Amino acid sequence: MATARRAALATMRSLITPEGVDLQVKLADAGTRAAAFLLDVVFIATAAIAVTMVALFGVTGFGTDRLQPLFIVWIIAIFFLRNVYFIAFEAGRRASTPGKRIIGIRVASRNGAGLSVDQVIARNLMREIEVFLPLSIIAGRSGMGVADTLTTVFGLVWALLFALFPLFNRDRLRIGDLLAGTWVVEAPKRTLMEDLSARKDPVAKTFQFSHAQLDAYGIAELHKLEEVLRRDDYFALRAVAETIGRKIGSTPQAHDARPFLTAYYGDLRAHLERKLLLGKRKEDKHQR
Amino acid sequence: MTAPVPGDARRGDAVRQSLASFRREREADWKAFEALLARVEKRAPRTLSEEELLSLPLLYRSALSSLSVARATSLDSALIAYLESLSLRGYFYLYGARRGLRQRIADFFLHDWPDAIRDLWRETLVSVALMFVGIGAGAWLVASDKGWFDAIIPSGLAAGRGPDASAEMLRSMLYDGDNGFLSGFAAYLFTHNVQVAILAFALGFAFAVPTVLLMLFNGCMLGALFQVYWAKGLGMELGGWLAIHGTTELFAIALAGAAGMRIGTRIAFPGELTRMTAAAHAGRTAATAMVGVSVMLLFAGLLEGIGRQTITSDVTRYAIGTGMLALWIGYFYLFQVVRNGNR
Repeated sequence: MATARRAALATMRSLITPEGVDLQVKLADAGTRAAAFLLDVVFIATAAIAVTMVALFGVTGFGTDRLQPLFIVWIIAIFFLRNVYFIAFEAGRRASTPGKRIIGIRVASRNGAGLSVDQVIARNLMREIEVFLPLSIIAGRSGMGVADTLTTVFGLVWALLFALFPLFNRDRLRIGDLLAGTWVVEAPKRTLMEDLSARKDPVAKTFQFSHAQLDAYGIAELHKLEEVLRRDDYFALRAVAETIGRKIGSTPQAHDARPFLTAYYGDLRAHLERKLLLGKRKEDKHQR
Repeated sequence: MTAPVPGDARRGDAVRQSLASFRREREADWKAFEALLARVEKRAPRTLSEEELLSLPLLYRSALSSLSVARATSLDSALIAYLESLSLRGYFYLYGARRGLRQRIADFFLHDWPDAIRDLWRETLVSVALMFVGIGAGAWLVASDKGWFDAIIPSGLAAGRGPDASAEMLRSMLYDGDNGFLSGFAAYLFTHNVQVAILAFALGFAFAVPTVLLMLFNGCMLGALFQVYWAKGLGMELGGWLAIHGTTELFAIALAGAAGMRIGTRIAFPGELTRMTAAAHAGRTAATAMVGVSVMLLFAGLLEGIGRQTITSDVTRYAIGTGMLALWIGYFYLFQVVRNGNR
């Protein structure tokens, strides 16, 4: 568990607002970003296919004398999709493309200031050598029928070098991020959930815990308990209730697992919060 | 196990009560802030009433202070996570320092673009010089051995032009526009040139080496073509054919190369800054220059696709080409002086 916490801490970066509050942003990991990028690629490809279809229908519908305006529109549309899609969305208010938005991440400036348009442009133009250049080398070669193994391997190595670049630095930066002074952080939308200790449960009222029983656990365990209670899975609740019951010397009935845990959570939190108020933060059960 | 202590439980209850009332009293503010944020993120801030607009920073500070209180006193991790995400959203929105779109476009053309180009003057000189070296080398190579022409210019691009082509054929290439496809051709040229420029910029990352090569090679192709026409006594005519759009296009590509070189050299020699900060600084200047470059290439594409095919007089071609070049240079390097004088 210590390693898990250290791994979580490794991607946390402090972001101190002018008001002096540290907002603690979490960097998006490589897998999340790859997923967002793939989503965007799917959107772009779909749009490109749609534009091409419309253009083709236009040609057959209007006849070939209207070929030229359609050709212009098609070329400009494809150009926009390739170059402007990322820039336009990331320069917007939410600083994220549709793919990023779905995944819940956004682009932010590394120095904490507002993200400017030139930063967005810089990070996205570099995508040209990260993704499109190796792809077009391979595509171009195979189009000419001279795609030998060597060029393919070279293209792949190049692509991998850049694609895996975020894995080799602490801040998970792409080359484009590095140049633009940006990084990608998690910005999930959360809803306010109910306060578990305010839960009214008639059965829970029957449970009373002593000082010693509440001293058995610390904040880390409290948060785990909160997770279990929010997930509300019957078997997990029962297993956790049994473990806690054994530890504090109290054995609730099997069907009482949920009210028992609710009661214990409420009392434990009040107990630890009171300690917190008095200046003692009990991180986990090992701390005395 | 000791028996439950009634006094202890009551003291715990008091803490619980005060935290519950903290949440009860602040919750309305959080919800209001969340709703406002959701609206301004979707639509322009114009859609908010004045009152709502003024309440945004207040609600943001209230959320931040709630977060501080919650972190210090509450152990409800869901509540803290909610407040953190709410404050972060608010922070990004309020400190995003956004200018209006019209203001941003005006700033770009009045300040940012010429400033960025002026900032790159040293790299621009190098880039232009490299192109001339390339032209010289290309011409000299083809003059010494015709075989070089095929090596330098891909056969698809040469389209029959070459050392062995007749003077009439070469001449017809200069003056006969294939009129059917003009503006489509212009659009194609524009997108193609922008991709080349982006490449010249992006490759600068590798310590500027590929960009230097690209500039040299671009010059080489030009030099080779020039030599072929020069040998047939069509040098002046080719100059006109190239000048009408080439002054804009080649200047734009030189600027893209300069932007790439700036990034490469800053990464190699960051000076007093850390390598990362130096790269970030260079990246921002270069990116602004690159947007300008694509605007220039749009002009070049129009001139090449439409102007070159319809205007066949050498004098006019030269005049337009020189005029465009003077316009760009005046805009980039002299504009600042005029504006300062007016102040």
